[in-house]
Amino acid sequence: MKRDAWIAVVLFALVALLPLSGEAYWLRLGTTVLMYGVLAMSWNFIGGMAGYPSFAVAAFFGLGAYTGAVAQKFGVPPGLAWASAGLTALLFAALLGLALLRLRGHYFAIASLVVAEVLRELVNSMTDLTGGGMGLNLPIPAMSSVDAQARYFFYVMLLLAVATFAAMLFTRYSKLGFGLRCIQQNESAADMLGVDTTLYKVSAFALSGVFVGVAGAVYASWVYYIEPPDVFDVLFSVKAIVMVLLGGAGSMFGPLVGAAAFLSLEELVWRNYLDVHTGVLGLMIVVLVLFLPKGLLSLSQRLGRRGGAR
Amino acid sequence: MSALLELGGVTRRFGGLRAVSDVTLSVAQGEVVGLIGPNGAGKTTLVNVITGVHPASAGTVRFGGEDITRLRPYQAARRGIARTFQIVQPFPGMTVLENVAAAAMFAGGLSYGEPARAEAMQHLRFVGLAELADQSAAALTLAMRKRLEFAKGLAMRPKLLLLDEVNAGLNAAEVDQALELIRTIAARGVTVLIIEHLMKVVLSLCSRIVVLHHGELIAEGAPQAIIEDPRVIQAYLGKRYAKAQDEARG
Amino acid sequence: MLYFQILANGLVLGGLYACIASGFSLVWGVLNVINILHGSFIVLGAYLAYFAYLKAGIHPFLSIVIAIPAFFAIGYGLQRLMINRIIAAPVLLTLTLTFGLDLMLQNAMILAFTADFKKLVLDPPLGTIALGQVVMPVDRIAAMVLALALTGMLYLILSRSRIGRAIVAVRMDREAAALMGVNVARIYAVTFGLGVMMAGASGPLLAMIFPISPLGGPAYLGKAFVICVLGGLGSVPGAMIGGLVLGVVESFGALWFGPEHAITLSFTLLILMLLVRPQGLLGRKGYE
Repeated sequence: MKRDAWIAVVLFALVALLPLSGEAYWLRLGTTVLMYGVLAMSWNFIGGMAGYPSFAVAAFFGLGAYTGAVAQKFGVPPGLAWASAGLTALLFAALLGLALLRLRGHYFAIASLVVAEVLRELVNSMTDLTGGGMGLNLPIPAMSSVDAQARYFFYVMLLLAVATFAAMLFTRYSKLGFGLRCIQQNESAADMLGVDTTLYKVSAFALSGVFVGVAGAVYASWVYYIEPPDVFDVLFSVKAIVMVLLGGAGSMFGPLVGAAAFLSLEELVWRNYLDVHTGVLGLMIVVLVLFLPKGLLSLSQRLGRRGGAR
Repeated sequence: MSALLELGGVTRRFGGLRAVSDVTLSVAQGEVVGLIGPNGAGKTTLVNVITGVHPASAGTVRFGGEDITRLRPYQAARRGIARTFQIVQPFPGMTVLENVAAAAMFAGGLSYGEPARAEAMQHLRFVGLAELADQSAAALTLAMRKRLEFAKGLAMRPKLLLLDEVNAGLNAAEVDQALELIRTIAARGVTVLIIEHLMKVVLSLCSRIVVLHHGELIAEGAPQAIIEDPRVIQAYLGKRYAKAQDEARG
Repeated sequence: MLYFQILANGLVLGGLYACIASGFSLVWGVLNVINILHGSFIVLGAYLAYFAYLKAGIHPFLSIVIAIPAFFAIGYGLQRLMINRIIAAPVLLTLTLTFGLDLMLQNAMILAFTADFKKLVLDPPLGTIALGQVVMPVDRIAAMVLALALTGMLYLILSRSRIGRAIVAVRMDREAAALMGVNVARIYAVTFGLGVMMAGASGPLLAMIFPISPLGGPAYLGKAFVICVLGGLGSVPGAMIGGLVLGVVESFGALWFGPEHAITLSFTLLILMLLVRPQGLLGRKGYE
């Protein structure tokens, strides 16, 4: 565990230096990578550690975005609004988990996917509160310059990413993490060995929601205008999953590596092939699933095995 | 000797089928009781009801004086009821040591990390799997997996150990080894209920035998008496054989 | 009486829904694969009918006949090429793969057909007929009848033909079927082909009633999900029941809550069903 912690410290310290480059573009990209890193790491709690194929990230993200936005609409300062978004997402995830986690496999996946749709419709219809289909404007944070604003959000996302990573690290090397691994390998055997499977699964699901909720709220403040289809987009869920698959679900750094790699690829495509952007995204996903289901980090393992002496 | 496990009129239905029908049974602390019966008699179902995998459709299960009928499996495990499985289910992606450490942690109540691992190593040494501690559990042979099951069961610090056909698939030498293990465990004060088909095992280990047939408890008593009990013979070999035996005896 | 009209609307819709869900349910029940592409294949079939009518005057009913072998081939090929590689993989991978493929198909359709809505208008229009108090457009009735015919055809294939029996056997117990000499890999490909065929063939029917858009796939997919959960997996009668129930629920739901809440309503129903009775109204459980 210590080794992972030290690597993380170095990694995040390096990332923190990014604003020194002065490039607004890199800063924006960096903020996006950190945000998706949070989503991917969060998904890892329920999808990677516990083994439940959750598509609920979009639901938590959207919920967090609107909670934060609505709170700020009523004059709550941003930091507090973001925290309350996280708390709301946490509670929602816990309750939802109690209901849905008795389902397995496909049924769980679909139910979790559908939740985002239902939430989107609900938010859409609560026009007085959320602006419905016309969207919601957020107060623009008072800051000295556009650059300062960009730096501000970068550091907020960085902080959130660090917090998520820390949570992941502590969970992995704890009784909870061990129990989740047992559940993922064989849930009924884990039950028979004394693991309170409901408690552990719901905890993992709640953890998969809280940071995503905050990320959604921060995102809303960052772009200062949101609409239901933007933030309840199922692509958030799918991208989070694909990033973890890309980076490797088993390792601590997999989600972050996957997020960085995926978004870099996406940026290249976005700039060069705008028309076929979704199509190429789809192609990337297909190639990944067919040829690299264990992720980039396993690729290095495989190469190592072929190259090195044993 | 006080009763550790008491079953009162336990029935388990699956749809219209009564897998276990009105079983009343008492196991005293320190006993080694054998549970036998033809295939499909309901033995594994009974163990499932005791451990909470299937709730009883009727009747009560008491453990150490406490009513545990409605408890979930993990709660039964934490109260000191351990079981092994007929078809062995280790955690395939984890090492042998981690498998046993899991048992020590969750049922045995030890802390994560060194305490659980140390306890796990102890039990691995006891069953003779210490050298394989860091091997993947999926790589073990059947006999080794059965010993891993033992180690896991012991790491749960059980008061009652339910063994479900631990000897299935083992050769004669391996069965003898398993017998020795069980004897040692029993000598340490663990109460044992063993489902078994091999008569040699049942006769040499058990102080008392209980016979199940079509979900009902048809006979109960000392080993020698049970194997000569006409109802038991009838259950295993059929009415005609029992009748013929009777007539032969005169 | 208003309620009869609503009920009739619901039943007609339900027949259509049953058709679009039956192929999806079959693939899920037999291969344990959720085909996210299903909705987009329906849309593709709709486009086929639209352009066939526009450019060559081919009536949508005839397009169905064209669609059947075309889409079967597409499905068969797709399964053999790609889906088969991940057939034993966890839920996550199959869902993600078909999701990625769906993105590609949607993008291709946007590029090929542009994103604006297209409406297939029959010329001359078929008009409406009145049965007592109930008024129904003829094209809807025709679509429903054809949908039921297609679904019926699928049912006959499954229950009467040799390959159909093999499919059902694989659904019940894959290993046992293999032991009986069934070529499971080929059955998987055929089943997937049938599933895609049903999707593509129902496209022309839907084209006559609803506007067509390249992004319309997910909406149909959502309905297919709900129908599968309502009716149970892998059986045509299940899809029938699920489809009819959903059609009626949507019709009455539109009346009482407003049509904009149709999706929320059906998804809420889905979640409730999953929590209360995951094996569906008919009680046949799919894979866990």
